[in-house]
Amino acid sequence: MSVVKLSGDSSCPVTPHLNSGCGFPAPNAEIFFLEPYTTLNVGGMEFVIGKTSILAALVAIIVATFFLAASRPRKMVPGKLQSLGEQAYLFVRDQIAREVIGKDGDRFVPFLGSLFFFVWISNLMGVIPGAQFPIMSSLAFPVSLTLMVYATYMYIGMKHQGPIKFFTSAMFPPGVPKAMYVLLAPLELLQLVVTRPVTQAIRLFANMFAGHLLLTTFTLAAYYLLSPSIIGVLGSVTSFGVTVVLTGFEMFIQGLQAFIFTLLTAVYIGGSLHAEH
Amino acid sequence: MSVLAEVTGSIGSIGYGLAAIGPGVGIGIIFGNGVQAIARQPEAYGVIRQNMILGFALTEALALIGFVVPFVFGA
Repeated sequence: MSVVKLSGDSSCPVTPHLNSGCGFPAPNAEIFFLEPYTTLNVGGMEFVIGKTSILAALVAIIVATFFLAASRPRKMVPGKLQSLGEQAYLFVRDQIAREVIGKDGDRFVPFLGSLFFFVWISNLMGVIPGAQFPIMSSLAFPVSLTLMVYATYMYIGMKHQGPIKFFTSAMFPPGVPKAMYVLLAPLELLQLVVTRPVTQAIRLFANMFAGHLLLTTFTLAAYYLLSPSIIGVLGSVTSFGVTVVLTGFEMFIQGLQAFIFTLLTAVYIGGSLHAEH
Repeated sequence: MSVLAEVTGSIGSIGYGLAAIGPGVGIGIIFGNGVQAIARQPEAYGVIRQNMILGFALTEALALIGFVVPFVFGA
Protein backbone atom coordinates (compact mmCIF):
# COMPACT_ATOMS: atom_id res chain seq x y z
CA MET A 1 0.00 0.00 0.00
CA SER A 2 1.42 3.37 -0.90
CA VAL A 3 2.27 5.81 1.83
CA VAL A 4 -0.24 8.65 2.01
CA LYS A 5 1.72 11.70 3.02
CA LEU A 6 -0.58 13.79 5.15
CA SER A 7 0.12 17.44 5.49
CA GLY A 8 2.66 18.72 7.94
CA ASP A 9 4.37 15.52 8.90
CA SER A 10 7.27 14.34 6.80
CA SER A 11 8.99 12.27 9.47
CA CYS A 12 6.60 9.34 9.53
CA PRO A 13 7.67 6.45 7.27
CA VAL A 14 4.14 5.09 7.00
CA THR A 15 0.77 6.74 6.63
CA PRO A 16 0.04 8.38 9.98
CA HIS A 17 -2.79 6.47 11.57
CA LEU A 18 -3.94 5.58 15.03
CA ASN A 19 -2.18 2.25 15.04
CA SER A 20 0.85 3.02 12.95
CA GLY A 21 3.09 4.26 15.72
CA CYS A 22 3.67 7.86 14.77
CA GLY A 23 1.84 10.51 16.73
CA PHE A 24 -0.90 12.72 15.39
CA PRO A 25 0.59 14.86 12.61
CA ALA A 26 -0.69 18.16 13.95
CA PRO A 27 -0.62 20.75 11.18
CA ASN A 28 1.61 23.72 11.79
CA ALA A 29 2.63 26.66 9.65
CA GLU A 30 4.32 24.29 7.19
CA ILE A 31 1.04 23.50 5.42
CA PHE A 32 0.84 27.04 4.10
CA PHE A 33 4.05 26.74 2.10
CA LEU A 34 2.97 24.97 -1.04
CA GLU A 35 5.29 23.34 -3.55
CA PRO A 36 5.70 25.53 -6.63
CA TYR A 37 4.80 24.09 -9.99
CA THR A 38 7.47 26.01 -11.86
CA THR A 39 9.73 29.00 -11.43
CA LEU A 40 10.14 31.64 -14.10
CA ASN A 41 13.27 33.72 -14.20
CA VAL A 42 12.48 37.10 -15.74
CA GLY A 43 15.26 39.64 -15.86
CA GLY A 44 17.01 38.36 -12.76
CA MET A 45 13.85 38.16 -10.63
CA GLU A 46 12.32 34.82 -9.78
CA PHE A 47 8.59 34.37 -10.18
CA VAL A 48 7.18 31.30 -8.54
CA ILE A 49 4.14 29.84 -10.27
CA GLY A 50 2.37 27.71 -7.71
CA LYS A 51 -1.14 27.00 -6.53
CA THR A 52 -1.39 30.37 -4.80
CA SER A 53 -0.57 32.48 -7.85
CA ILE A 54 -2.79 30.43 -10.13
CA LEU A 55 -5.69 30.70 -7.68
CA ALA A 56 -5.19 34.46 -7.38
CA ALA A 57 -5.26 34.87 -11.14
CA LEU A 58 -8.32 32.61 -11.31
CA VAL A 59 -10.18 34.67 -8.71
CA ALA A 60 -9.37 37.90 -10.54
CA ILE A 61 -10.60 36.41 -13.81
CA ILE A 62 -13.81 35.12 -12.19
CA VAL A 63 -14.69 38.47 -10.59
CA ALA A 64 -13.85 40.48 -13.70
CA THR A 65 -15.77 38.13 -15.99
CA PHE A 66 -18.84 38.16 -13.78
CA PHE A 67 -19.07 41.93 -13.65
CA LEU A 68 -18.28 42.39 -17.32
CA ALA A 69 -20.93 39.87 -18.28
CA ALA A 70 -23.48 41.36 -15.90
CA SER A 71 -23.00 44.89 -17.18
CA ARG A 72 -23.18 44.12 -20.87
CA PRO A 73 -26.98 43.84 -21.38
CA ARG A 74 -28.24 47.27 -20.41
CA LYS A 75 -31.94 46.63 -20.24
CA MET A 76 -34.32 48.80 -18.29
CA VAL A 77 -35.96 45.71 -16.85
CA PRO A 78 -32.93 43.59 -16.04
CA GLY A 79 -32.62 39.91 -16.69
CA LYS A 80 -31.19 37.52 -14.13
CA LEU A 81 -27.47 38.12 -14.63
CA GLN A 82 -27.79 41.88 -14.87
CA SER A 83 -30.02 41.90 -11.80
CA LEU A 84 -27.43 39.93 -9.85
CA GLY A 85 -24.68 42.32 -10.88
CA GLU A 86 -26.85 45.29 -9.94
CA GLN A 87 -27.57 43.81 -6.52
CA ALA A 88 -23.87 43.25 -5.95
CA TYR A 89 -23.03 46.83 -6.93
CA LEU A 90 -25.86 48.30 -4.89
CA PHE A 91 -24.83 46.28 -1.85
CA VAL A 92 -21.40 47.87 -1.89
CA ARG A 93 -22.77 51.31 -2.70
CA ASP A 94 -25.58 51.44 -0.14
CA GLN A 95 -24.30 49.38 2.75
CA ILE A 96 -20.65 50.36 2.62
CA ALA A 97 -19.97 53.56 0.71
CA ARG A 98 -23.06 55.63 1.45
CA GLU A 99 -23.36 54.50 5.08
CA VAL A 100 -19.82 55.53 5.86
CA ILE A 101 -18.67 58.21 3.45
CA GLY A 102 -21.99 59.68 2.38
CA LYS A 103 -23.15 60.68 -1.07
CA ASP A 104 -19.73 61.67 -2.38
CA GLY A 105 -18.47 58.18 -1.74
CA ASP A 106 -20.04 57.06 -5.00
CA ARG A 107 -16.79 57.50 -6.92
CA PHE A 108 -15.06 55.01 -4.61
CA VAL A 109 -17.57 52.23 -5.17
CA PRO A 110 -15.57 50.59 -8.00
CA PHE A 111 -12.51 50.42 -5.75
CA LEU A 112 -14.49 49.18 -2.75
CA GLY A 113 -16.46 46.71 -4.82
CA SER A 114 -13.33 45.27 -6.37
CA LEU A 115 -11.74 44.88 -2.95
CA PHE A 116 -14.84 43.26 -1.47
CA PHE A 117 -15.42 40.72 -4.20
CA PHE A 118 -11.75 39.88 -4.66
CA VAL A 119 -11.31 39.22 -0.94
CA TRP A 120 -14.59 37.32 -0.65
CA ILE A 121 -14.12 35.01 -3.63
CA SER A 122 -10.50 34.37 -2.73
CA ASN A 123 -11.59 33.46 0.80
CA LEU A 124 -14.24 31.15 -0.64
CA MET A 125 -11.48 29.26 -2.42
CA GLY A 126 -10.61 27.92 1.01
CA VAL A 127 -13.67 25.67 1.08
CA ILE A 128 -14.19 24.89 -2.60
CA PRO A 129 -13.05 21.30 -3.20
CA GLY A 130 -10.01 20.99 -5.41
CA ALA A 131 -8.68 24.42 -4.60
CA GLN A 132 -8.87 24.27 -0.83
CA PHE A 133 -6.49 27.09 -0.03
CA PRO A 134 -7.63 30.56 1.02
CA ILE A 135 -5.08 32.72 -0.73
CA MET A 136 -5.48 35.44 1.88
CA SER A 137 -3.71 33.10 4.29
CA SER A 138 -0.42 33.96 2.61
CA LEU A 139 0.67 37.18 4.23
CA ALA A 140 1.68 38.75 0.92
CA PHE A 141 -1.88 39.10 -0.36
CA PRO A 142 -3.46 41.03 2.51
CA VAL A 143 -0.33 43.15 2.74
CA SER A 144 -0.48 44.12 -0.92
CA LEU A 145 -4.19 44.98 -0.69
CA THR A 146 -3.53 47.01 2.45
CA LEU A 147 -0.71 48.90 0.75
CA MET A 148 -3.19 49.93 -1.95
CA VAL A 149 -5.67 51.12 0.68
CA TYR A 150 -2.92 52.91 2.62
CA ALA A 151 -1.67 54.74 -0.43
CA THR A 152 -5.27 55.69 -1.31
CA TYR A 153 -6.29 57.20 1.98
CA MET A 154 -2.96 58.90 2.56
CA TYR A 155 -3.02 60.48 -0.88
CA ILE A 156 -6.65 61.54 -0.62
CA GLY A 157 -6.12 62.97 2.85
CA MET A 158 -3.09 64.96 1.86
CA LYS A 159 -4.66 66.21 -1.34
CA HIS A 160 -7.97 67.12 0.29
CA GLN A 161 -6.78 68.69 3.53
CA GLY A 162 -3.21 69.65 2.79
CA PRO A 163 -0.23 67.54 3.85
CA ILE A 164 0.35 69.13 7.25
CA LYS A 165 -3.27 69.73 8.15
CA PHE A 166 -4.12 66.09 7.49
CA PHE A 167 -1.91 64.98 10.36
CA THR A 168 -2.55 67.87 12.73
CA SER A 169 -6.32 67.67 12.44
CA ALA A 170 -6.11 64.00 13.42
CA MET A 171 -3.54 64.51 16.15
CA PHE A 172 -5.21 67.53 17.77
CA PRO A 173 -8.96 67.05 17.58
CA PRO A 174 -10.96 69.96 18.97
CA GLY A 175 -12.88 69.72 22.21
CA VAL A 176 -10.18 67.93 24.17
CA PRO A 177 -8.59 69.46 27.33
CA LYS A 178 -5.16 70.81 26.49
CA ALA A 179 -3.22 68.50 28.80
CA MET A 180 -4.53 65.41 27.03
CA TYR A 181 -2.81 66.37 23.81
CA VAL A 182 0.50 65.11 25.17
CA LEU A 183 -0.97 61.64 25.35
CA LEU A 184 -3.37 61.83 22.45
CA ALA A 185 -1.22 63.25 19.65
CA PRO A 186 1.47 60.52 19.45
CA LEU A 187 -1.16 57.81 19.74
CA GLU A 188 -3.25 59.31 16.97
CA LEU A 189 -0.21 59.69 14.75
CA LEU A 190 0.76 56.07 15.41
CA GLN A 191 -2.81 55.02 14.69
CA LEU A 192 -2.87 56.88 11.39
CA VAL A 193 0.49 55.75 10.08
CA VAL A 194 1.14 52.33 11.60
CA THR A 195 -1.76 50.74 13.43
CA ARG A 196 -4.40 51.08 10.72
CA PRO A 197 -2.62 49.26 7.90
CA VAL A 198 -0.96 46.70 10.16
CA THR A 199 -4.13 45.64 11.91
CA GLN A 200 -6.12 45.62 8.69
CA ALA A 201 -3.68 43.25 7.01
CA ILE A 202 -3.12 41.05 10.03
CA ARG A 203 -6.83 40.76 10.81
CA LEU A 204 -7.57 39.30 7.38
CA PHE A 205 -4.46 37.12 7.40
CA ALA A 206 -5.00 35.76 10.91
CA ASN A 207 -8.66 34.94 10.32
CA MET A 208 -7.92 32.98 7.17
CA PHE A 209 -4.82 31.33 8.66
CA ALA A 210 -6.66 30.18 11.76
CA GLY A 211 -9.69 28.97 9.83
CA HIS A 212 -7.63 26.92 7.41
CA LEU A 213 -5.57 25.47 10.25
CA LEU A 214 -8.70 24.43 12.17
CA LEU A 215 -10.30 22.79 9.15
CA THR A 216 -7.08 20.93 8.36
CA THR A 217 -6.74 19.71 11.95
CA PHE A 218 -10.20 18.22 12.11
CA THR A 219 -10.01 16.70 8.65
CA LEU A 220 -6.70 15.06 9.54
CA ALA A 221 -8.16 13.83 12.81
CA ALA A 222 -11.09 12.26 10.99
CA TYR A 223 -8.69 10.22 8.88
CA TYR A 224 -6.21 9.55 11.68
CA LEU A 225 -8.81 8.08 14.01
CA LEU A 226 -10.50 5.92 11.37
CA SER A 227 -10.19 2.41 12.75
CA PRO A 228 -12.53 -0.44 13.72
CA SER A 229 -12.62 0.34 17.42
CA ILE A 230 -14.86 2.35 19.71
CA ILE A 231 -12.57 5.33 19.87
CA GLY A 232 -12.02 5.03 16.14
CA VAL A 233 -15.64 5.24 15.13
CA LEU A 234 -16.60 7.78 17.78
CA GLY A 235 -13.63 10.02 17.21
CA SER A 236 -13.70 9.83 13.47
CA VAL A 237 -17.41 10.52 13.08
CA THR A 238 -17.25 13.37 15.58
CA SER A 239 -14.27 14.89 13.82
CA PHE A 240 -16.03 14.69 10.51
CA GLY A 241 -19.14 16.29 11.96
CA VAL A 242 -17.09 19.07 13.46
CA THR A 243 -15.40 19.58 10.09
CA VAL A 244 -18.79 20.06 8.43
CA VAL A 245 -19.96 22.51 11.09
CA LEU A 246 -16.67 24.41 11.00
CA THR A 247 -16.88 24.69 7.23
CA GLY A 248 -20.23 26.42 7.57
CA PHE A 249 -18.87 28.73 10.24
CA GLU A 250 -15.80 29.37 8.11
CA MET A 251 -17.93 30.46 5.17
CA PHE A 252 -19.66 33.00 7.41
CA ILE A 253 -16.32 34.28 8.69
CA GLN A 254 -14.99 34.57 5.13
CA GLY A 255 -17.85 36.81 4.06
CA LEU A 256 -17.60 38.78 7.29
CA GLN A 257 -13.87 39.41 6.89
CA ALA A 258 -14.32 40.58 3.33
CA PHE A 259 -17.06 42.95 4.52
CA ILE A 260 -14.96 44.24 7.40
CA PHE A 261 -11.95 44.85 5.16
CA THR A 262 -14.04 46.88 2.76
CA LEU A 263 -15.90 48.70 5.54
CA LEU A 264 -12.66 49.76 7.19
CA THR A 265 -11.30 50.94 3.84
CA ALA A 266 -14.40 53.08 3.46
CA VAL A 267 -13.99 54.41 7.02
CA TYR A 268 -10.37 55.41 6.36
CA ILE A 269 -11.25 57.07 3.07
CA GLY A 270 -14.15 58.87 4.74
CA GLY A 271 -11.85 60.03 7.51
CA SER A 272 -9.50 61.45 4.90
CA LEU A 273 -12.23 63.21 2.96
CA HIS A 274 -14.03 64.79 5.88
CA ALA A 275 -11.68 66.14 8.51
CA GLU A 276 -12.46 65.03 12.03
CA HIS A 277 -14.82 67.55 13.45
CA MET B 1 21.77 32.45 39.15
CA SER B 2 19.93 29.16 39.21
CA VAL B 3 16.58 28.67 37.60
CA LEU B 4 13.86 28.49 40.22
CA ALA B 5 10.86 27.70 38.08
CA GLU B 6 10.42 26.99 34.41
CA VAL B 7 7.55 26.46 32.03
CA THR B 8 8.23 23.99 29.25
CA GLY B 9 6.12 22.54 26.53
CA SER B 10 3.69 24.37 24.35
CA ILE B 11 3.94 27.93 25.60
CA GLY B 12 2.05 29.03 22.51
CA SER B 13 -1.11 27.43 23.85
CA ILE B 14 -0.73 29.32 27.13
CA GLY B 15 -0.19 32.49 25.12
CA TYR B 16 -3.35 31.96 23.14
CA GLY B 17 -5.31 31.18 26.28
CA LEU B 18 -4.19 34.42 27.89
CA ALA B 19 -4.86 36.33 24.69
CA ALA B 20 -8.42 35.06 24.48
CA ILE B 21 -9.51 36.48 27.83
CA GLY B 22 -9.78 40.10 26.74
CA PRO B 23 -11.59 39.60 23.44
CA GLY B 24 -13.94 37.13 25.14
CA VAL B 25 -15.04 39.77 27.62
CA GLY B 26 -15.10 42.42 24.90
CA ILE B 27 -17.28 40.46 22.49
CA GLY B 28 -19.67 39.62 25.32
CA ILE B 29 -20.01 43.30 26.14
CA ILE B 30 -20.55 44.23 22.50
CA PHE B 31 -23.28 41.74 21.82
CA GLY B 32 -24.90 42.17 25.23
CA ASN B 33 -25.25 45.89 24.72
CA GLY B 34 -26.34 45.32 21.15
CA VAL B 35 -29.16 43.04 22.22
CA GLN B 36 -30.23 45.57 24.84
CA ALA B 37 -30.24 48.33 22.26
CA ILE B 38 -32.37 46.25 19.90
CA ALA B 39 -34.79 45.56 22.75
CA ARG B 40 -35.10 49.25 23.45
CA GLN B 41 -35.59 50.32 19.85
CA PRO B 42 -36.42 47.45 17.52
CA GLU B 43 -36.75 49.66 14.44
CA ALA B 44 -33.05 50.53 14.60
CA TYR B 45 -32.11 46.89 14.09
CA GLY B 46 -30.17 47.48 10.86
CA VAL B 47 -27.92 50.19 12.23
CA ILE B 48 -27.30 48.32 15.46
CA ARG B 49 -26.44 45.11 13.66
CA GLN B 50 -23.98 46.95 11.43
CA ASN B 51 -22.12 48.41 14.38
CA MET B 52 -22.23 45.13 16.30
CA ILE B 53 -20.58 43.29 13.43
CA LEU B 54 -17.96 45.99 13.05
CA GLY B 55 -17.10 45.91 16.74
CA PHE B 56 -17.05 42.12 16.74
CA ALA B 57 -14.55 41.91 13.90
CA LEU B 58 -12.24 44.49 15.41
CA THR B 59 -12.20 42.69 18.75
CA GLU B 60 -11.90 39.22 17.25
CA ALA B 61 -8.75 40.33 15.46
CA LEU B 62 -6.85 40.46 18.72
CA ALA B 63 -7.78 36.94 19.72
CA LEU B 64 -6.80 35.65 16.31
CA ILE B 65 -3.48 37.44 16.37
CA GLY B 66 -2.87 35.59 19.64
CA PHE B 67 -3.70 32.34 17.87
CA VAL B 68 -1.41 32.98 14.94
CA VAL B 69 1.70 34.39 16.66
CA PRO B 70 2.91 31.05 18.12
CA PHE B 71 2.88 29.56 14.65
CA VAL B 72 4.68 32.49 13.09
CA PHE B 73 7.36 32.89 15.73
CA GLY B 74 7.41 29.41 17.17
CA ALA B 75 9.39 26.32 16.44
